[in-house]
Amino acid sequence: MQDNVVLTMRGICMTFPGVKALENVDFTLRKGEIHALMGENGAGKSTLIKCLTGINDFEAGEIHVDGVEGAVKNHSTLDAQKVGISTVYQEVNLCPNLSVAENLYIGREPLTPWHSIDRRAMIKQAEELTKRLDIKVDVTQNLENYSLAIQQMIAIARAVDMKCKVLILDEPTSSLDDSEVEKLFKMMKGLKEQGVGIVFVTHFLEQVYAVCDRITVLRNGTLVGEYPVAELPRVKLVAAMMGKDFDDLASIKPEGFKVDENAPCQIEAEGLSHYGTIKPFDLKIHKGEVIGLTGLLGSGRSELARTIYGADKANTGTLKVAGKQVKINQPIDAMNLGMGLLPDDRKAEGIIGSLSVRENIILALQAKRGMFRQLSRAKQEEIADHYIDIVRIKTASRETPIAQLSGGNQQKAILARWLATDPDFLILDEPTRGIDVGTKTEIQKLIIQLASEGKSIMFISSEIEEMLRTCNRMAVLRDGEKVGELDGELTQERVMSAIAGGAKSE
Amino acid sequence: MSKVKKITKNQLFLPVFCMFLVLCANIIYDVAHGSPFYNFFAVSITNGMLQGRLINILNRGSEIAILAIGMTLVVSASAGTDISVGSVMSLCASVCCVLLAGAAAPQATELAVPLIVGVLGGLLIGCVCGAFNGFLVANLSIQPMVATLILWSAARAIGLLICNDLIVYVRNDTFAVIGGYVGIVPTPIIIAAACVVITTLVLKKTAMGLYIQSVGINKKASRIAGLNSQRIIFLCYVLCGLCAGIAGIVGASRITSADSNNIGLNYELDAILAVALGGNSLGGGKFNLIGSIIGAYTIQAITTTMYNMGVSAAVTPVFKAIVVIVIVAIQAPPVRAFFKKLSAKKGVVNA
Amino acid sequence: MNSNTLLLFITIILFFVLYAAGCIAYSGKGFTNVQTFLNILRGNAGLLCVACGMTCVMLTGGIDISVGSVVALDCMMLAYGMANWGIKAPMMCVLVLLTGLLFGLVQGYCIGYLEIQPFIVSMAGMFFARGMTAVISTDQLSITAEISQTFYDWANYRIYLPFGGVVNKAGKTIMPYFGVGVVIALVVLVLIFLMLRYTKFGRALYAVGGSEQSAAMMGLNVKRTKMLAYVLCSFLTSIGGICFCMNTMSASAQQATGLEMDAISSAVIGGTLLTGGVGNVIGTFFGVLINGTISSIVKTNGKLASSWPNVLTAILLCFFIVLQSIFALLKNRKSK
Repeated sequence: MQDNVVLTMRGICMTFPGVKALENVDFTLRKGEIHALMGENGAGKSTLIKCLTGINDFEAGEIHVDGVEGAVKNHSTLDAQKVGISTVYQEVNLCPNLSVAENLYIGREPLTPWHSIDRRAMIKQAEELTKRLDIKVDVTQNLENYSLAIQQMIAIARAVDMKCKVLILDEPTSSLDDSEVEKLFKMMKGLKEQGVGIVFVTHFLEQVYAVCDRITVLRNGTLVGEYPVAELPRVKLVAAMMGKDFDDLASIKPEGFKVDENAPCQIEAEGLSHYGTIKPFDLKIHKGEVIGLTGLLGSGRSELARTIYGADKANTGTLKVAGKQVKINQPIDAMNLGMGLLPDDRKAEGIIGSLSVRENIILALQAKRGMFRQLSRAKQEEIADHYIDIVRIKTASRETPIAQLSGGNQQKAILARWLATDPDFLILDEPTRGIDVGTKTEIQKLIIQLASEGKSIMFISSEIEEMLRTCNRMAVLRDGEKVGELDGELTQERVMSAIAGGAKSE
Repeated sequence: MSKVKKITKNQLFLPVFCMFLVLCANIIYDVAHGSPFYNFFAVSITNGMLQGRLINILNRGSEIAILAIGMTLVVSASAGTDISVGSVMSLCASVCCVLLAGAAAPQATELAVPLIVGVLGGLLIGCVCGAFNGFLVANLSIQPMVATLILWSAARAIGLLICNDLIVYVRNDTFAVIGGYVGIVPTPIIIAAACVVITTLVLKKTAMGLYIQSVGINKKASRIAGLNSQRIIFLCYVLCGLCAGIAGIVGASRITSADSNNIGLNYELDAILAVALGGNSLGGGKFNLIGSIIGAYTIQAITTTMYNMGVSAAVTPVFKAIVVIVIVAIQAPPVRAFFKKLSAKKGVVNA
Repeated sequence: MNSNTLLLFITIILFFVLYAAGCIAYSGKGFTNVQTFLNILRGNAGLLCVACGMTCVMLTGGIDISVGSVVALDCMMLAYGMANWGIKAPMMCVLVLLTGLLFGLVQGYCIGYLEIQPFIVSMAGMFFARGMTAVISTDQLSITAEISQTFYDWANYRIYLPFGGVVNKAGKTIMPYFGVGVVIALVVLVLIFLMLRYTKFGRALYAVGGSEQSAAMMGLNVKRTKMLAYVLCSFLTSIGGICFCMNTMSASAQQATGLEMDAISSAVIGGTLLTGGVGNVIGTFFGVLINGTISSIVKTNGKLASSWPNVLTAILLCFFIVLQSIFALLKNRKSK
């Protein structure tokens, strides 16, 4: 191992049932550097980190940590801490109901000769530690009294005090505001000078360029490359993350697939917002149009869609559907106005696991009809069979619990649920994530077909090519704000530079 | 092998199997005591009424069966149990009897108001209690068992207050019919059957079952798909309260009085046990009403059997408590994982 | 001031208001005497021990509704054991405490290691203990001097205060007094207070209640901590059972019904959050005093129905539970 290297991972491979999550990934961390780990959703960032901290078991490959003999294989986060690898997550893993000092020292409190906790010593040590790291807190106060940024810093302080050599920060800035991020960065730079190697996972490009020395990019479970920051300008980074090569699928957009500029508006949003997730935005969507929302993960693309749909109730602004001003308090209101939302988190918000495919398909239609106007069993079966056939859901029978289906087929069933309600405006949030190429094309074709039937579609995806293939127009989001729209000739370069920043000048 | 597995995997396997065990215990006990083995099933008509141990179980098990209906819905929708049902039974019985007795309380022979008014009064109180629980659980998101803890202790005490700390007797033949006989059949059996049939019909003819299960399995996804989960959970608690009301009135009519201290005592355990025994997970989600009903009668069969064997009524909870823990422990994830590992090891050895 | 200290503050004020109301309304009936206050302590010494145990369990976010039945079982064991098994009082007390430990161990294992809901486990425990009481005897037993002179002496030992005496009708000054039970309960209170504040186990209870996942991440043994909480609770309940028995000097299968409710409400009224992580036995102490004052007022009145204390406790409990959940909802909204 080289002198200044604290951590090397070589040839890490890991499969989840049916999916290759990591394939031969290498990662090297040097002493006193901040190293960004970048990649879109499903690229394998979090899997790689979980392999390192012992939450996931990897199948092949080796991990070496400076100062530890032989290859390291952790089986729990505690094992990882013992070899000097500490992790601070986006959700702070501390106890909000305990004081700052206790959070720093719980489980390893200084004891008096009678084996009781020496509170005075604990507080003194905590004060010294926070002073050294320049965190301004009263250590006797409960943790919940402080902002998330301070809580993050306390978590980092705990890790530092436990003599960590490798500090992993997993999206620590997602819920912080600018000044808080600034404080955090100052602390990170301080730690860097003390020789700690920091792995920084984030989806904010600005932040990468603000603090990082080096960037490792992953895509689809494989390593794209390791670059010094200076050699990788923004646009190149986005290209590396999203992949540049068009796959060889032919264009599915029919000739002359153009939206009629004069078509009536299906959705008109004005100043709509939801506190903390999406800043006020205006958006018009015509009938028969496919609008794409693009931006990096966490840029607010899902949140924008959820606010229109009422999954997150809008705090400000007005919404017109088919020209009429409406008020949406909860999803059923939106559904009655002809909307549908296919959520990005299939497991948490999409499928009803132990119910059958049939029940999952008819659920939304049934909810729209109300409890007392039940679809007859025969009708339910007819609808289920119809859509199983149309969207080609591979299932043993329509009575199979949906949890037993593969991810792609689950997604198709949820899509069928919304098609069954015959919506005028359908929001598809990452409908193609984690499913095979064939199914992806099917879903893309379906989107085009729906649009040509006069329905409006909002399409959200991390893959630019598929957006280019299906969308008429794109709205660009960055850091929880809609920053622009792209229409006319959509090209990869235009979209990428818009995502990376600088789209406003266009 | 696969056939055996198919049968044991069936949700109704557990309750039916337990029922079978209880029957066996009865038959062995009867034969050992010199009675014919069919003693348990013997049904006779004495004084124009159906008699026999089986009829007795069906009759006495009515309250538990009715409670089990409500409890099944609550467990399914909210992944928690309503432990107030026994106390609410007692409160409803008190309200019903006090209304019926009117000024003649605590010793009435004539009905002060028409029977239907008293009954509706009792049922209404049941619904109000259910609504109270439902509000706490659905709207304030308090854990179900903590929320129902309040009425678990208060409902019985309020019943006592209403009755002025006395047992209110309504010794009236019309009132006694509810807990007595219609023709040769015990009325509670008819009432329980009616409740089961109506609930089954409602579940079949409306989308309520689908709604409840959806909310119980995945609240977030149900909301996105347009269900109002708060309202559905609330409704389940109201229905559970209503069931407790019906059971309370049946219980009061049986003894033609409102004995606040004893009506519905320990019934919450029986009702929860019925649901668990019916193969339903106490973690919510998919439910099988028929399973719960069979579970309810199985529990009554256990109680009656133990009573016949001379075990004191005060001791039976010991056995029920053990059964509950065993059933729930089998469902517990760590235990399941353990068995899975065990069978996986066996598979390796076999291979 | 944060919402938690606010809750405790409300509780303390509530106690003084209630007590003052009692003093004003029933000054003629001797409510203002020091002895009345000591009687509240004497009558609730057992409850105080139980409530301390309940607080520890609730700090982890759990609950134990078996405590009332366990107290009944303890009393029955004491009464029946001393009378029929011929075991001396001290030995019998040790047996009772051991039973408590074993009971807690089983419940704790089911909750901590098998991950079954605490409510279900302790409800089964409640019926089990109540049933076992009936297995020992279904009769109403009393403990007299003949059965155990030692126990009788313990129960009737009086410790007098040097002040606050009252002149009775015969012209004799009677000093206010309290019994052994009160001493035991107060010692338990102080020990648990110190344990919660100054031991690793005590702080682990808070950590587990605050966030189980975080506690595990920080290297605490969550399962063992949870199990030990229930062991501690059942053990303290057994101590409480002995205090309770000294008060009533009797045992029956119906004894101490609703005690679990009093213990839970004392803890909740005293500011322990049902979701875990927040609470203190000092608050619980005031919760017990409030419960005691309510029953004392109802008893002094003499005309109110005996179920009033139950109803009032439930109303208070409901009030505090709703208050807690509203605070929690507000906090959630703020953090969003």
